[in-house]
Amino acid sequence: MEYFLTEQQKTIKRLARRIAEERILPVRAELDEKEEFPWVVMKDLADSDMFRVFIPEDYGGLGGGCLELCLVVEELSRVCSGVAVSYAASALGTFPLLEYGTEEQKRKYLPDIASGKRLAAFALTEATAGSDASAIKTAAERAPGGYMLNGTKQFITNGGEAEIYTVIALTAKERGARGASAFLVEKGTPGFSFGRKEKKMGIRASSTRELIFRDCLVPEENIIGREGVGFIMTMRLLDRSRPGVGAQAVGLAQGALEAAVDYARTRVQFGHPIISIQAVQHMLANMATEVEAARLLVYAAAKTIDSGAKNFTEEAAMAKVFASDTAMRVTTDAVQIFGGVGYMRDYPVEKMMRDAKITQIYEGSNQVLRDAIAFELRKRKARRE
Amino acid sequence: MNIVVCIKQVPGTTKVKIDPQTNTLVREGIENIVNPFDTYALEEGVRIKERCGGEVTTISMGPPQAEEMLREAIAVGADQAILLSDTAFAGADTLATSYTLARAIEKLGQPDLIICGRQTLDGDTGQVGPEMAEMLGLPFVAYVSKIEDIDRGYMRLQRMIEEGHEVIEVPLPAVLTVVKEINTPRLPSLRGLARSKSAVIPIWTAQELGVDKNMVGLSGSATRVINIFFPQRVHRGEILQGELESRVESLIDKLREAKII
Repeated sequence: MEYFLTEQQKTIKRLARRIAEERILPVRAELDEKEEFPWVVMKDLADSDMFRVFIPEDYGGLGGGCLELCLVVEELSRVCSGVAVSYAASALGTFPLLEYGTEEQKRKYLPDIASGKRLAAFALTEATAGSDASAIKTAAERAPGGYMLNGTKQFITNGGEAEIYTVIALTAKERGARGASAFLVEKGTPGFSFGRKEKKMGIRASSTRELIFRDCLVPEENIIGREGVGFIMTMRLLDRSRPGVGAQAVGLAQGALEAAVDYARTRVQFGHPIISIQAVQHMLANMATEVEAARLLVYAAAKTIDSGAKNFTEEAAMAKVFASDTAMRVTTDAVQIFGGVGYMRDYPVEKMMRDAKITQIYEGSNQVLRDAIAFELRKRKARRE
Repeated sequence: MNIVVCIKQVPGTTKVKIDPQTNTLVREGIENIVNPFDTYALEEGVRIKERCGGEVTTISMGPPQAEEMLREAIAVGADQAILLSDTAFAGADTLATSYTLARAIEKLGQPDLIICGRQTLDGDTGQVGPEMAEMLGLPFVAYVSKIEDIDRGYMRLQRMIEEGHEVIEVPLPAVLTVVKEINTPRLPSLRGLARSKSAVIPIWTAQELGVDKNMVGLSGSATRVINIFFPQRVHRGEILQGELESRVESLIDKLREAKII
């Protein structure tokens, strides 16, 4: 398939694939088994300028957009989704700063994120606020010199490992979602600690942890945007990041498809490689077709965002929903084609199947996102567009 | 520190053809890679530059297609690259190669350090490094596995020998060949790739180097390869036949015969 990528985009994709194959492939099983944060790989990604991809040139980046980020995430995820999400989460934590940060904040934080010296993370979810993000309880009360943060964030990707956190907290409890604001909190700030590290089904190389704020004083200049815009900022940010989850899913599905084709060509049953069996052929053909469709939808959504479109909730949601459902189906079928050995940890497809599940859940469950797509449909009809 | 790293393109496959006239490798039209040992030399050169400042220049003698490899060298941190290419250089043995490289290094001006891989994957001689040092009149250390310290015109390094490591102090400028234990070569960076794409890689011919044509290429070579052949495989193992018990008995007999048990 011709994706009409620029030379620069092709270079990014090629180099990301090379890093994945040379540096991630040899360690992925061990990272998964030990649930070990992939610092060695993060260093390789930093040295290869991969964290510069999504940062503007003025701040030490290469000025790429959503598509460039998706290309890297896809290639890393093709080999290990746990590594890919650790990389992508740093981009997610950086987006609010990129869009709403002051010049001073950008100068202070972006160069270190671009060089990969410091990872970023985004903290929204709480025990009582998952799909209903407006139900967050973490409070940010005005205090001399800034804001006093109190509360606990849950399931935070890169928690404990990242140094720069974008935290959503309530500056005006009584106003609900309209009372939320975004803050930059650095690791090491007094009153900011880390809680339990989750034991996960998949993406086990990535770190998922609680962030605990107990009378944590965040300086006034660390608010992103102004008070009260935290929630709307979050919704826009997630629209922007969702194609990235789609790319993660496409990479996973691509990896599983390739593994299944390789295995089907070499596994002999009834005197023939199983790829000569039509039932297997049709499964592989469906997998390949779905992966390609998912990729094109993800790329198209990313390009829409990069073109400067104002509202892309629907496109981003479609890309994420379709690609993640595809990843779940394709990885499940890959395990099926491998048969018994596919269920064993000696082969990579069981890990891919475990890794795929989360893409249907995080950054907006696929059910919530279908609601969002349907809402846009109704809105358009009401406006008679 | 100004550092020169000598690198070479070698066939990336074992399916190489030999020119029946010259008994040398046919290098055109096959997939080529940078000699793996040279990647360690380049990485070490770049690391020294990052530590001490200066510039890394990569040079290579080879056909025009070697330019691509020199661009890769820039993508992983070399500041500039020069290709020595001339039909007159073709068919060179190690002596003629060392002579050509040494003249190029002189033309660049005396660097502080020259690094090569321990040997190439195709020729396997390991001679070019030491020969070049001799021609340039510089001290030489082979099989360097670690650079411990660089200070005031001296370098302290570890050299791998069969029984262990020697620690050597060598005055600079010097020529080193390195082993793969010295480092893990980095992957290219996106900024490095962008730089390598736009880099201008000068090609120096025999005339530009001002070399004596009788000292380069096939005519400057002291050795001629007169025949290349694959050694015949000799199967020395023996497979014992028969029932399990008789096989065990005859195995024990044979081991006794050989005085192993």
